[in-house]
Amino acid sequence: MMTEMLEPTAQSDPPTDTVLEVTGLDVDIRTPQGTVRVVSQVSFAARRGQTLALLGESGCGKSMTAKAIAGLLDPVASVAGGTAVLDGQDLNQMNPKQRRAVAGPGLGIVFQDALTALNPVYTIGTQLGEAFRIHRGASKKQAKAEAIDLMRRVGIPEPETRVNSYPHQFSGGMRQRILIAMAVALSPQLLIADEPTTALDVTVQAQIMLLLRKLRTEQQMAVVLITHDLAVVAEEADEVCVMYAGNVVEQGSVDKVFSHPTHPYTKGLLESVPTDAQRGEGLSSIPGSPPELTKIPAGCVYQDRCPLASAICRQERPLLRDTADGQRAACHFAEKVSAAKTDNDDANNVKEEIR
Amino acid sequence: MSTSPSMSPENVLEVKDLSKTFHVSAGAAGSQELRALDGINLHVRQGETLGLVGESGCGKSTLARTLMMLETPDTGTVRFEGQDPFALRGKELLTWRRRVQMVFQDPFASLNARMTAGQIITEPFATHKDLYRGTAAKNRRLNELLDLVGLRATDAAKSPQEFSGGQRQRIGIARALALDPDLIILDEPVSALDLSVQAQVLNLLNDLQQELGVSYIFISHDLSVVRHVTDRVAVMYLGRIIESGSTEQVFDAPLHPYTASLMSASPKLDPAKRPARRIVLQGELPSPLDPPSGCRFRTRCWKAQPICSAERPEKMTRNDSGQVSLGIPGVGPGAGAHVAECHFPVADPSEAGLIPAG
Amino acid sequence: MTQIQDQPVPGKTVKTSVAQRLGRPSMLSMLLRDKFATVAAVILGFVLLTAAFGPSLMGELATNQDLMFMNKAPFDPANGWAYFLGSDSLGRSMLARMVVATQTTLLVAVPAVLVALFLGSLWGVWAGYHRGRRENISMRLADIIMSFPSLLLAVVVLFVFSPSAANIVLILAITRIPIYMRTARAESAELQSRTFVDAARTFGTKPNSIIVRHVIPVVTPTLLTLATLEFCFVMLAESSLSFLGIGIQPPDVSWGLMVAQGRQYLQTAWWLSILPGLAIVITAVAANVLAAWMRIATDPAQRWRLTLDKQAKKDLTAVIKDAK
Repeated sequence: MMTEMLEPTAQSDPPTDTVLEVTGLDVDIRTPQGTVRVVSQVSFAARRGQTLALLGESGCGKSMTAKAIAGLLDPVASVAGGTAVLDGQDLNQMNPKQRRAVAGPGLGIVFQDALTALNPVYTIGTQLGEAFRIHRGASKKQAKAEAIDLMRRVGIPEPETRVNSYPHQFSGGMRQRILIAMAVALSPQLLIADEPTTALDVTVQAQIMLLLRKLRTEQQMAVVLITHDLAVVAEEADEVCVMYAGNVVEQGSVDKVFSHPTHPYTKGLLESVPTDAQRGEGLSSIPGSPPELTKIPAGCVYQDRCPLASAICRQERPLLRDTADGQRAACHFAEKVSAAKTDNDDANNVKEEIR
Repeated sequence: MSTSPSMSPENVLEVKDLSKTFHVSAGAAGSQELRALDGINLHVRQGETLGLVGESGCGKSTLARTLMMLETPDTGTVRFEGQDPFALRGKELLTWRRRVQMVFQDPFASLNARMTAGQIITEPFATHKDLYRGTAAKNRRLNELLDLVGLRATDAAKSPQEFSGGQRQRIGIARALALDPDLIILDEPVSALDLSVQAQVLNLLNDLQQELGVSYIFISHDLSVVRHVTDRVAVMYLGRIIESGSTEQVFDAPLHPYTASLMSASPKLDPAKRPARRIVLQGELPSPLDPPSGCRFRTRCWKAQPICSAERPEKMTRNDSGQVSLGIPGVGPGAGAHVAECHFPVADPSEAGLIPAG
Repeated sequence: MTQIQDQPVPGKTVKTSVAQRLGRPSMLSMLLRDKFATVAAVILGFVLLTAAFGPSLMGELATNQDLMFMNKAPFDPANGWAYFLGSDSLGRSMLARMVVATQTTLLVAVPAVLVALFLGSLWGVWAGYHRGRRENISMRLADIIMSFPSLLLAVVVLFVFSPSAANIVLILAITRIPIYMRTARAESAELQSRTFVDAARTFGTKPNSIIVRHVIPVVTPTLLTLATLEFCFVMLAESSLSFLGIGIQPPDVSWGLMVAQGRQYLQTAWWLSILPGLAIVITAVAANVLAAWMRIATDPAQRWRLTLDKQAKKDLTAVIKDAK
């Protein structure tokens, strides 16, 4: 059988225990124009066996958030405040040595660009086995055996022979599998996947997502998925944080946020996805483009592109507040947004029924 | 116009049996042949959008480059309103160049950073000197183009890096429009853009088509975008078009298992539209240096039989009553019909699990 | 004057004036912001002025011999200003000799560098743009020139023909052409595969126009930087030729020749070769610094760096890292 047929939904069991709790995270970058806050007051929780998506467009701070948690910020960037508690320990308070002890057993990270994330001069076996040698003091032979086992688990064919291959001898999809294998080698509690499928084709993307889902269930990891793809979030994640210009503008369960967005940005994003709208019909689009991080306006970060913007939006930055059960948005007019959406929804439902 | 009732609307572009082989040096073993295009047939009608879908390495960019005469085909013909551009020389060729233009994928690499937006957009006039004589005429056209793509006249003096990605792509579109072409090849025009900006550019392309009556070849790997903007779709796999037809036919009732798996694998935003079962193909695109015999998709196909490796499949079509057949005997399926090259086409969308569960 | 300026110049586009209104930083203000580049520009200006007017100011001083006053150490005020930089083995003023040598050196090195730069760059750009056979033949030719010992070539040529300044320039230029060619070819080959070049091709633009419009502006800064490095090499090569007796012929004098002549006195009178050597190094470094600055100033994508203030510059390196 060349093909697996299975249920395309990924939503998992009801919430269990929290693995990672991020509270009020701020990240600053020093630039020629001065210090810029690229991540501002970000809070979320990732739960065991669930996927939390950080969703946003390029430059919204989603990757920066992940890097801050993983302790991989560039020297110009620094955590300016907030906590990131993994298993009772605040990652932001750790010294480099403690961090290294956590990296691997505590958290694993998968990057977007699989080719640059692997060292071209070492074999896959060496790179996969490294984690076991460092953290478990495994011998060379043991490490290789573990590497082969890992490769089998992530679906690389003929692991016994391919363990001695170099990164360039693998295809893009296989390299991504290897990266995932490296990240989950020590069964981390938290897996951060930074745009893991952006560079891949649709059919390979489906394979990788399937693999991540399988590993998540097997190892009961919490997964933080960083992506700009709404459809991927809709299918893969349980919870979502929608980020815009360094701020979380809306968060909650994917079902709720996507069916009844309470922030105009979320709503605008959802409506700009070309769905089955008739050919030639205009797409609703968000006017303008995201603000440069050096020029984030006072007040609401989304005011320049928001159809609902009024005087209060220019003066006062809205805080995240409960807008519905299990859903929070940072908008002064969240009620208006959800009300407007309901009308649309009804129209959609009618359309569906006609079909 | 002297069209008989049976004739389709005028074809702007017709491509027949186009093939292109690259020679890839393989060290001491000499050179290997890479068949990037293998017998491509397609046509584009006036004012319509043809979508070209496929994964990376399927040859869709090579096809675009060949149509733009950036590559020379080995065999096959390209007819642009009856003319073969590869036979043209000198002035005639220059005139042809005006009629087909291209918008590139990367809005950063496709604009020379040392030029201003105005210089970039008016660059074609430096070659086509007789088109707009004098600075005043050129500036008038420049302002017209800027207005057309939604940029301000003052933007002409800015350099590309002062623009956002979406605005840069607008400059690229304005440059492609500068010579008033009949056909624009759009090579992944929105894949480098953020979602909110992507919608703006798609709307712009749509408005331009309605305003100017220009035809598009829209190359993309994003199926939801293709579905939204195209009239007809051709699906490519390893240098061949394995399925083509109207967008609705191909998306709603794909014939080829590969197309079905593409449709199935692309994530859907709306839970109601998710397929009942998802086809997840095993493996990846085989190396185009060593393509499989017979049907090229057989190595990943769940319906593959021994015949698939032995024989290259004929074109199959689906008639009005839903039956899949070889079409009119001896002639094959008519032009523009929904066809796929497969021994065992997907008879019904539900077979591939494409009908939503709800 | 002002009236003429106010009127729109026919043929000139409106764009330039718009750009000026937008306040693009002027070259001078960008130069003044970069201290190193400013110092380099001042040094080079001084060298050029010396070369132009120095020899006539020095007059006879450079050739006046005084065997009683030979090999005097420099920086001794007692010897008077003419001997401030000491005297050579024939008791001539080092200062005057250096000034006169400046002119000769520049008259050999600058044309040699310019000729090689011009020919090598055009050839390399052309070969790189067209690829294929043109590229292969060009590169093999370059390899032949490179592998042939340039000094031997120079000896043969200069022996057969007279060692005149023109011949020295020519031979130095020919042997250095491949250097520019290789760099120009590599950059041009990379550029010709860029999308904006493809875009130009789709308008039907002819190769030569594309080379002029898209390739040359991009490769020029790199090649100019290379040329300043080569400037240093050519000065030394000229001194080698002088050493072999086929370079600049006495009584003419160049920095290279002075280094060569002073070599035998290195232990007793270090200034004879060190001072002209320093002149070569300082000039070359200044040219190099200015070229590096020019490279940034002419690149619109990088120009903004030169408009930064001090504090901003401090963070610059870190920011570049971050931009990745």
